[in-house]
Amino acid sequence: MAAELAYDPNTNIRDIGDDYKYGFKDKEDYVFKSGRGLTPEIVESISKMKKEPQWMLDFRLNALDIFNKKPMPTWGNTKMLEDIDFENIYYYIKPSEKSEKNWEDVPEGIKKTFDRLGIPEAERKFLAGVTAQYESEVVYHSIREDLVKQGVIFLDMDSGLREHEEIVRKHFATVIPAADNKFSALNSAVWSGGSFIWVPEGVKVEIPLQAYFRINAENMGQFERTLIIAEPGSFVHYIEGCTAPIYSTDSLHSAVVELIAKPGAHIRYTTIQNWSRNVYNLVTKRAVAEANAKVEWVDGNLGSKLTMKYPAIYLTGEGATGEVLSVAFSGHDQHQDAGAKIVHAAPNTTSIVTSKSISKDGGRTSYRGLVKVYPGATGVKTSVKCDALLLDEESRSDTYPTMEIDEKDVSVEHEATVSKVGEEQLFYLMSRGLTADEAKAMVVNGFFEPFTKELPLEYAVELNRLIQLEMEGSVG
Amino acid sequence: MATPLLKIEDLHVEVDGKEILKGVNLTLNAGEVHALMGRNGSGKSTLSYVIMGHPNYKVTKGRILFKEQDINELATDERARLGLALAFQYPVAIPGVSVSNFLRATTKATRGGVDVPIKEFRKELTENMDKLGVPKDFLSRYINDGFSGGEKKRLEILQLSMLKPSVMVLDETDSGLDIDALKTVSSGINALATKETAILLITHYQRMLNYVQPDFVHVFQDGRIVASGGPELSTKLEEQGYDWVTQELTIA
Repeated sequence: MAAELAYDPNTNIRDIGDDYKYGFKDKEDYVFKSGRGLTPEIVESISKMKKEPQWMLDFRLNALDIFNKKPMPTWGNTKMLEDIDFENIYYYIKPSEKSEKNWEDVPEGIKKTFDRLGIPEAERKFLAGVTAQYESEVVYHSIREDLVKQGVIFLDMDSGLREHEEIVRKHFATVIPAADNKFSALNSAVWSGGSFIWVPEGVKVEIPLQAYFRINAENMGQFERTLIIAEPGSFVHYIEGCTAPIYSTDSLHSAVVELIAKPGAHIRYTTIQNWSRNVYNLVTKRAVAEANAKVEWVDGNLGSKLTMKYPAIYLTGEGATGEVLSVAFSGHDQHQDAGAKIVHAAPNTTSIVTSKSISKDGGRTSYRGLVKVYPGATGVKTSVKCDALLLDEESRSDTYPTMEIDEKDVSVEHEATVSKVGEEQLFYLMSRGLTADEAKAMVVNGFFEPFTKELPLEYAVELNRLIQLEMEGSVG
Repeated sequence: MATPLLKIEDLHVEVDGKEILKGVNLTLNAGEVHALMGRNGSGKSTLSYVIMGHPNYKVTKGRILFKEQDINELATDERARLGLALAFQYPVAIPGVSVSNFLRATTKATRGGVDVPIKEFRKELTENMDKLGVPKDFLSRYINDGFSGGEKKRLEILQLSMLKPSVMVLDETDSGLDIDALKTVSSGINALATKETAILLITHYQRMLNYVQPDFVHVFQDGRIVASGGPELSTKLEEQGYDWVTQELTIA
């Protein structure tokens, strides 16, 4: 009955408070806060504080060098990118001494924040493990005992490096090298936190693992680094959520996420991003799917000032499958430049890209996608579908699909639509007693339904609620 | 005499600057079923949209009273919550929104914003669905998305039976129905006709009126009602067409 989740009729739009409800901030009380700006000394001190091995320090310094030399991306919203003041950002803030296993031990102020965000409650209800990151560091971490017994590793990335250096060293930055783009280089230089997951062969983690990322300080830069390795025949579903307070000046979130699905493994990675509207969200996400493996990116982008994110899947083994299902919601002064990148490098690989975007109040969404099929990758099937919904005349949506097909024996489908919320749809819904706001929210929720139905119930409900919040007062 | 549920007085309506309704007068009392018959393009559907408050239709003169309240200034949803409803001739699809969620939300909206307890709601819904021969899988389907003509009309009547409005306008609910569907839908409409409700059936065929007996029949032409009478009027229209009305009017 997944279809029943699309709209929560119990929620009265009028009862919901205004705007961004995660916009509160805590008083700063940190163990360490770096100065503004980025220097080799800051990179060294981050590495030193974390007591990292020399190879990681070398990796960071090399990445810093690359970052300084690399030009800004020439795609996406270049105007907004130019406004980023790298000298004004705090690159590392350590909120507490260590990551805790009990919520009770998390420093009071931070614990309150996560309580308000409903994280401990969510963990009790439906999660197998939780990581909570505040600024640069993970402050809370837990995993269910039975998973530990099965050999599943779920740690923050720093602990992962300390406790499983061999596995980390073998895989780290193999999917996304520091030199991939300016922001992956930046992340590689100053990364901190994120998740490290290793699932042993044949183990299926049926209940989702979750990470929650919270930015608190103004002009903060959050650079978490996530690495998930699914050994042959295993399965894991990882969910991440993110929020930040509202400030008048900007913060930067620039993560790197690497997924490795070994033969026959299945990784599902779900993101519900809900940054406040002063956050630059410039994230590099890439997965490798080996023979008969499956990788799914389920990516929900609400909030932020500018998001540039194109989850990628390299299908390197025969029979591998990649799916990217994404939604983006853009309001006033926001630009969601999102998409997908699929590389078919082996025969009989399949990919499905579904992108749905909504723009309102002059907001802008773009779909930017690449499907590449290498010569010799016969029997490839790929389908790309982009639907954009515009809620008013001022809003904008663009599609930039690229297909590089170097093989003849390939089945390619591509479809793009742009539509407007129809006056007749609203009239129909309102003729049944729904207010204009409720009617619009219902059409929007329906539009997102193919995405929502892929989420666990609690997230589906939350997403619908967020959409209703975004829709409030949107009817002029 | 009791207050009429709906009273339309000298209603003139423009769409895109063109006058479509040219002085409509009509009174619906509780317990009455009225049939409004006329050719395509005579303005029947415009009347139904205006009653429901479609924003593109501009009332230039006259008024619509619901239980003596002038509703000209009310938005569509406010009218619906007062107890007005329209069964659409061409219901639109809302992809991604399931019929059951929709019915739950709209039932709440039209019953004073109060949720009907889920058990009660299910029971009521099941009963109504059975009456209309609506299969269970309707509930998880998206509103009118990929529905056949007959399914759309059933859904319209199902909605009315859940929302329980006091004034119902049914715009060509009979079109696109085969004979079996027509019978089922008609019996659904008959169930809606109670002592407390008034129904306005818009149609251009006699066909449906064999199953839903109107108390009054009106002939609509060129934006106004040109003749009114009892059920016999519809029979005459069926036998002789609309030409005699035109002729009588021309002579007059």
